[in-house]
Amino acid sequence: MLDSIGSQGLPQPRPPKLIVDGVSKWFRTPRASVHALDDINLAVGDGEFICLVGPSGCGKSTLLDIIAGLTRADAGRVTADGQLVEGPGRHRLVMFQESALFPWLTAFGNVMFGLKLVPGLSRAERQATALRYLRMVGLERFAHANIHELSGGMRQRVAFARSLAPDPHVLLMDEPLSALDALTREQLYADIQRIQQDRRKTIVLVTHNVREAVCLGDRVILLSPGPGRIRESFPIHLPRPRDVNSIQLAEYTERITSALKGYIVPETV
Amino acid sequence: MKRFALAFLFFLALAGAWQLMVQTGRWSPVLLPSPTDVAAYLWSAAQDGTLFAAIGVTLRRLLVGYAIGLAIGLPLGLLSSSVRFVEDTVGVLALGLQTLPSVCWVPLALIWFGQTEGAMLFVVIMGTVWSVMIATDTGARTIPRVYARAARTMGSEGFHKWTRVILPAALPHLITGMKQGWAFAWRSLMAAEIYVTVLSGFGLGHLLHYGRELNAMDQVIAVMLVIVAIGLLADKALFGPWEHFLHRRWGINAREA
Repeated sequence: MLDSIGSQGLPQPRPPKLIVDGVSKWFRTPRASVHALDDINLAVGDGEFICLVGPSGCGKSTLLDIIAGLTRADAGRVTADGQLVEGPGRHRLVMFQESALFPWLTAFGNVMFGLKLVPGLSRAERQATALRYLRMVGLERFAHANIHELSGGMRQRVAFARSLAPDPHVLLMDEPLSALDALTREQLYADIQRIQQDRRKTIVLVTHNVREAVCLGDRVILLSPGPGRIRESFPIHLPRPRDVNSIQLAEYTERITSALKGYIVPETV
Repeated sequence: MKRFALAFLFFLALAGAWQLMVQTGRWSPVLLPSPTDVAAYLWSAAQDGTLFAAIGVTLRRLLVGYAIGLAIGLPLGLLSSSVRFVEDTVGVLALGLQTLPSVCWVPLALIWFGQTEGAMLFVVIMGTVWSVMIATDTGARTIPRVYARAARTMGSEGFHKWTRVILPAALPHLITGMKQGWAFAWRSLMAAEIYVTVLSGFGLGHLLHYGRELNAMDQVIAVMLVIVAIGLLADKALFGPWEHFLHRRWGINAREA
């Protein structure tokens, strides 16, 4: 690991994979202007899994959109791998809440969609990769199933495979599990952790579920609404794989949840 | 097989009832020919080739006009769904013209094109374009936004996004629009053929028209039956495979939608 490029011959610390630098966002309508995000600063290391949590309206999904390049920030900037983010692109894939799979394609076709947009691969390589990722999420047998034939959990597995297959530099997940039932969700926590141990992706996950954040994240970032601000950052020092029902995990959840409650301003009349 | 047999029996019973009504003798055979008369006419027209010639002429006009209508209507619909200017101009025009029964184009077509194939095609195209355009527009608008967003983060933009995401995502609406366009094209062509005598080709509508002129009710009814049969067959042949695809992939039952 001593790639001593530094002028002093010392090992350089690896630069963050993703930098959010002073990002602010307003939503303007003819009648009002809503301050959605206020001076967000965030650095995500290579291979780090961070979770953004906060109550609804704290702008966490907007922040994810800005990182993805789907929405423009009004102030500040985002850099990924040292490059300024100016629009969406396949190096920062987003996995959405649900039904972002294309119903006109099979499970295999969906995974292939992103792969076909990766240059420099042969047809056979793409197909092999697609199958490998479907196998990874345990759905090899359902490669040629139609989307409407799959259960909610299976769909999100396909979506996960579709987001990982093109090997994005950063994976952005926008409440990917919130539409699933509790049992399916727990199964996916295990799968995501297993695959993350393997692949070491840089992941930013948005959720309103604190337990989920503690279970999956290396770091949990707490946002508060009105305008959206980063309040606290909790490093999670728990061994992996983590069980979402473990006591240690519950302790973290407890701490973060009570901190979160402190930032929710009671609605005034 | 059971369903087929049931349908067959139903139509057999219908023809039987018709035959019985004729045999009561209450109506003049000039007004109500028997099913056997109609069948006899169909047989002779098929024998001497007039029927197939007329079907050929009509289908050619229909397919050419419909294809042109689709080629204009689809891109226009996509444009009006995404460009505000087109929506406010051509979109409004389409809404208005769609309500105009396509027979109303016939006088205009006659003055512009005379008694030519051009007049026929014009009427069919006018019958097709607007409904296809409106259906495409609606289809493209109702696509869940998340499809386009997901596609963009995977690196799909511009032409790729339109052809690989927006068009297939709009497919259920497109099929509905194309079906509607087909029905409109078929109706407008029949209207045009009945109204207008064109020297360049003698279609089913003309055959129907001359049946009336000659007071040949067997011919009139026979040609009507042929028109219905073609409509049914075209529906199955043109749209059956697409609806099957929709059903398989989307899980949509297009017949219920």
